[in-house]
Amino acid sequence: MRFEYAAAPEARSLVALRDSYGLFIGGSFAGGASVFKTISPATEEVLAEVTHGAAEDVDRAVLAARQAYERVWSAMPGRARSRYLFTIARLIQERAGELAVLDTLDGGRPIRQTRGVDVPLAAAHFFYHAGWADKLGYAGFGPSPRPLGVVGQIISWSSPLLMLAWQIAPALACGNTVILKPSEATPLTALAFAEICRQADLPPGVVNVVTGDGGTGQLVAGHPGLDKVSFTGSAEVGKEIARACALSGKPLTLKLGGTAVNIVCADADIEAAAGAIVAGVFVDQGHVGSAGSRVLVEAPARDALVAAIRRRMGALTLGEPLDVNTDVGAVVSRAQLDKITDLTASGEAEGAWRWSPPCLLPDHGFWFPPTMFTDVSDSHGIGSAELAGPMLTVSTFATPAEAVERAGGTRYGLAAGVWTERGSVAAWLASRLRAGVIWTNAFNRFDPAAPFGGYREAGLGREGGRHGLEAYLDIAGGLDV
Amino acid sequence: MSELSDVAVRTTYRLRIGDAFRRSESGRTFEVRGADGGFLARAALASGRDARDAVAAARTAFPAWSGSSAYQRGQLLYRVAAILADHRARFAHEVRRAVGASAAAAYAEVDAATDRWLWYTGWTDKIAQVRGSANPVAGHYLNLSVPEPAGVVAVLAPQDSALLGMVSVLAPAIVGGNTAVLVASERYPLPALGLAEVFAAADLPAGVVNVLTGEVAEVAPWLAAHQDVNAIDLAGAPGALADDLAVAAAGTLKRVVRLADADWTAEPGLERMFATLETKTVWHPLAP
Repeated sequence: MRFEYAAAPEARSLVALRDSYGLFIGGSFAGGASVFKTISPATEEVLAEVTHGAAEDVDRAVLAARQAYERVWSAMPGRARSRYLFTIARLIQERAGELAVLDTLDGGRPIRQTRGVDVPLAAAHFFYHAGWADKLGYAGFGPSPRPLGVVGQIISWSSPLLMLAWQIAPALACGNTVILKPSEATPLTALAFAEICRQADLPPGVVNVVTGDGGTGQLVAGHPGLDKVSFTGSAEVGKEIARACALSGKPLTLKLGGTAVNIVCADADIEAAAGAIVAGVFVDQGHVGSAGSRVLVEAPARDALVAAIRRRMGALTLGEPLDVNTDVGAVVSRAQLDKITDLTASGEAEGAWRWSPPCLLPDHGFWFPPTMFTDVSDSHGIGSAELAGPMLTVSTFATPAEAVERAGGTRYGLAAGVWTERGSVAAWLASRLRAGVIWTNAFNRFDPAAPFGGYREAGLGREGGRHGLEAYLDIAGGLDV
Repeated sequence: MSELSDVAVRTTYRLRIGDAFRRSESGRTFEVRGADGGFLARAALASGRDARDAVAAARTAFPAWSGSSAYQRGQLLYRVAAILADHRARFAHEVRRAVGASAAAAYAEVDAATDRWLWYTGWTDKIAQVRGSANPVAGHYLNLSVPEPAGVVAVLAPQDSALLGMVSVLAPAIVGGNTAVLVASERYPLPALGLAEVFAAADLPAGVVNVLTGEVAEVAPWLAAHQDVNAIDLAGAPGALADDLAVAAAGTLKRVVRLADADWTAEPGLERMFATLETKTVWHPLAP
């Protein structure tokens, strides 16, 4: 049985889009030499013109951040920094509706996710780290750990405001100043956040937002005036930055994604597992590094799980991301859509069985139907590649030990889900899987207090929790409390 | 007429790979000379192929070593310290003829190395409590972060130290459950091979520590670029080589340990031990 819902769009009037946005440097907005257009991936409508940060802009931003670091922010008592961060947290909560609509418009992510998950978590990240700003001496990194200095942060298009909060909140709490380069696909919430910094009376230069494409990102990552680089994005670019930092000796945090695995044992609550797998992959359009797109199921439960996933995929509503009934929004960009399309074609060519529910795609915008591949082997490209789209692969295993071995067969190790009702098996799998985050009988839970980050080539460093502070503190020789 | 005992029983020192003391697959050896320039022994000159074999042995040993209890690892590492202490005179002799120290200084170095090993032995069952955390998340979950070993660690022993420096970089790599490929100091390889014999005598599981001797500049690039090496400690690489190795290691995002030159006699701190550990966060739902 299929229910049809009346359209229930979130009011777009919550946001007042400007025609064009400048760069936020030293506390004020200023235009630059060239601009680019940011579009809604759901409609291809142009939302605004955004400034393309050039070399001189990045220089100015680094200088502003350096001055703010030396003159104000690093010298300020932790208690004062703490108050600024609390204020930012409250302002995000006050403007939650607007920020959610902006992220949904700009990135195509359903409003239910941005409003219900991303924006509240972003506020929570600032609230959590506000409390650390005046307690750093108790964090286990020595009695008075020092900040690193000026930090360049390059983030991607997956949950842009939340990822901004993951980056900026700990950096500021630890006394650093930042230059943030948002993705060219989703710059709008970062620019709204710049306004929030002004509203919070944050000293000029503590947060700078330089918009632009990958070229601007390279200018930021490679700037000699930085003391630390943090990058979220592709493995290829991440490794390039890692090589540069290896020579310059700059500390580096990387979040490069990969693919996450869901291990479903025969005794698991199959409905619960199917529900979380479908929600984890399709609701985010697979656009998070921790999307659990690789499903390994114990052979006896294979048919039941595939049937339950199919049933749930068939009930997904795809369409207008601003509608609260929408489960699956748009793919973030044409480039990403092309990548997903190619990967799907290669999966079929390799002989994996492809299935999608009947599904009408809108005429405009970037859309891809929820897709499942079964009969996938590890030697298939799609069996181990980062899918980063609304698709999942299903294959079977015979024993938990085999599942662990297969799960470790990729070069990544970001996250994994474990589904079994046997506590000892759940704990065993959680301890043996080589991944930085494990959810047992759950998936894609995030919290500012819980460290997040991958093993192996999924990235470097942790974000969140006490552990996440380490990425923004100068800990040399300071670990002995 | 000379006594029989005046005539040395000579051997070529071998690599330690997995459960075997073996020659380099390349068949090559090199001369090890003492501080006075006198001939001490021949040792195997490891090749890239030996390095890859050592990585494979370390990988094979990893599941059991990382999966054994902290208590069990502590017991085994304690036995290493005990045998090292038993062989105090032999290691002091090795150190002395390698670096030319006074007898008192050589004994002091062996004692310090034993002490260092014992200090790290005591860490096996404390790392998780000091480095881990229970995380108060907003939902109904038991949420724990625990340190876990990164995997296989390549350890380049410092060049300027015959024993204490090597122990000070090797022990922190393996206490938390990593397995190691140790590249001995080029000038002072014999104490490393002596240590390998102690590991074997202590029944430290095969492959937990593999020892290569030879030229760091030949062997280390293989390790730095190897897909299956998860971390590398560059203590024994001179500046320019360390840069190259760090760049090569970035290609597979190895955890790179590159700390300022240490005074090996000082209290070591925790940075080196933590540098080859990952943090795993586990979410368990709470429900009646």
